[in-house]
Amino acid sequence: MVERRPFFTAVAHATLILGVVVLALPIWIVLVTSTQRMEDVLSAPIPMWFGDRGLENYTTVLVGGVQGSQTGPVGRMMLNSLVMALAIAFGKIAISMLSAFAVVYFRFPGRMLAFWTIFVTLMLPVEVRILPTFEVVANLGLLNSYVGLTVPLIASATATFLFRQFFLTVPEEFTEAARVDGAGPLRFFWWILLPLSRTNIAALFVILFIYGWNQYLWPLLITTDERYYTIVMSIQRLVEATDAAPEFHLVAAVAMLAMLPPVAVVLLMQRWFVKGLVEGEK
Amino acid sequence: MHKRNTFSERWLAYFLLAPQLAITLVFFIWPASQALWQSVLEEDPFGLSTRFVGLENFGRILSNEHYLHAVRVTLVFSAAVTTSGIAIALLLAVMADHVVRGARLYRTLLIWPYAVAPAIAGLLWFFMFHPTVGILAWLLGRIGIVWNHELNGAQAMLLVIVAATWKQISYNFIFFLAGLQAIPRTLLEAAAIDGASPAQRFWKIVFPLLSPTTFFLVVVNVVYVFFDTFGIVHAVTEGGPGQDTTILVYKVFKDGFIALDLGGSAAQSVVLLLVVIALTFFQFRLVERRVRYA
Repeated sequence: MVERRPFFTAVAHATLILGVVVLALPIWIVLVTSTQRMEDVLSAPIPMWFGDRGLENYTTVLVGGVQGSQTGPVGRMMLNSLVMALAIAFGKIAISMLSAFAVVYFRFPGRMLAFWTIFVTLMLPVEVRILPTFEVVANLGLLNSYVGLTVPLIASATATFLFRQFFLTVPEEFTEAARVDGAGPLRFFWWILLPLSRTNIAALFVILFIYGWNQYLWPLLITTDERYYTIVMSIQRLVEATDAAPEFHLVAAVAMLAMLPPVAVVLLMQRWFVKGLVEGEK
Repeated sequence: MHKRNTFSERWLAYFLLAPQLAITLVFFIWPASQALWQSVLEEDPFGLSTRFVGLENFGRILSNEHYLHAVRVTLVFSAAVTTSGIAIALLLAVMADHVVRGARLYRTLLIWPYAVAPAIAGLLWFFMFHPTVGILAWLLGRIGIVWNHELNGAQAMLLVIVAATWKQISYNFIFFLAGLQAIPRTLLEAAAIDGASPAQRFWKIVFPLLSPTTFFLVVVNVVYVFFDTFGIVHAVTEGGPGQDTTILVYKVFKDGFIALDLGGSAAQSVVLLLVVIALTFFQFRLVERRVRYA
């Protein structure tokens, strides 16, 4: 603040509160809807305060799922989403760190070619190669499998660049010291580079966990077996199911469960999240 | 580009790069080259016969009224989401940068929608606007506006715009706030001493200094609307009513995956690929400028 302007400060608070309320409003509606009886949410205006069926509704969807959506129990889908999010986050971090280590700490023929090959992936999102990528995955027999859900997504130019930038700032003396002590490249990576990268790993983890959890098109393409459905890709089936049977209270509970893990990660790891986001995009 | 002190075990470098390169070649570069190849072929849906048709598929999509319609829908969608998302986020960031009390709390409460998947953002607003249970549809009904996005194309478009913007505000907000906090206070104080009002300081100092961030966000938002909003469209409107919310990515998916028009879908993919390449190039130019100015 440059000078005291009580009126402007009041306007600022009012604007911010309005912004917070508008952003939170849809979540509030869905949250209270998820605790109602079916008959109370069949027509507008629906209740704006909690009902008494929260526990029953959440248990119903976690164990049984929503009738007519044909997705199976939500508990199973959440587990699949968790597997996908963790495998993608750790997979991307692992292979990106190794590639960045290779291009920064080694000199070898084809170094630039490797670097540019990784760079090109930035320009090839799944959305522009839907069918041929599906064909590759199908030919490898990876449809309806965790490997198919995760491995094709773990190449990452962004993460590789981020670690490359970071490794370039690590003082040369570390390498010299390691060499004097007789440590080879792998020991150097494991005992020096990995511990130094902790903050970067945490920041990237938050972004990548959300990225993995929120995948939509990819699981939609490669799963036809409900045992491998993820919770986010099931949203379309839930929307369709409301046409046949208006179980809005259950659909709302599923929406809350689908949002909970990534939102919790952002709120609990807020510091790393902002760092990861702002630096990851540079 | 690399360290002065490098390790001499060359074979190890190839070994370290192998997983990333293998995935890139198998799941990125090979399928993309297949898309390029298929875009110049005509194949029947059962894959029994193919023939080389050159640029015919491109001519076919570019003269197809449905395709051009999807282009227009995508442009309207991108313009609406990018403009409103950036304007709202900038307003909130300026306010959040101004207040002292509660600044951290506001920030926390404004950034969490980033974590919500686009499809779920769509579902949330589907709830709000649902013709029978939606609170907003009900309120609009009370003032005489009949809301039914399943029948009214303009309302369906508005629904996906609101959902996509709602989700993107947090992202823009974080970048604007970081940009605002990087502006030296002394500049603003000097201007205030010279008698510049807050509005003058904003338009003459803050806004120009933020322009690299703004340009960057425009590109990122356009990429977001082109590709990441697939979930909203697929989950909530399925491109309808009619073709009114069919964006380009949804059309690639539908034509290729459901209508099995392989050549047409591949040609559309290649067009989108060119869009991404152009945007990525543009983004990197901006990042260079951002480093120089900010």
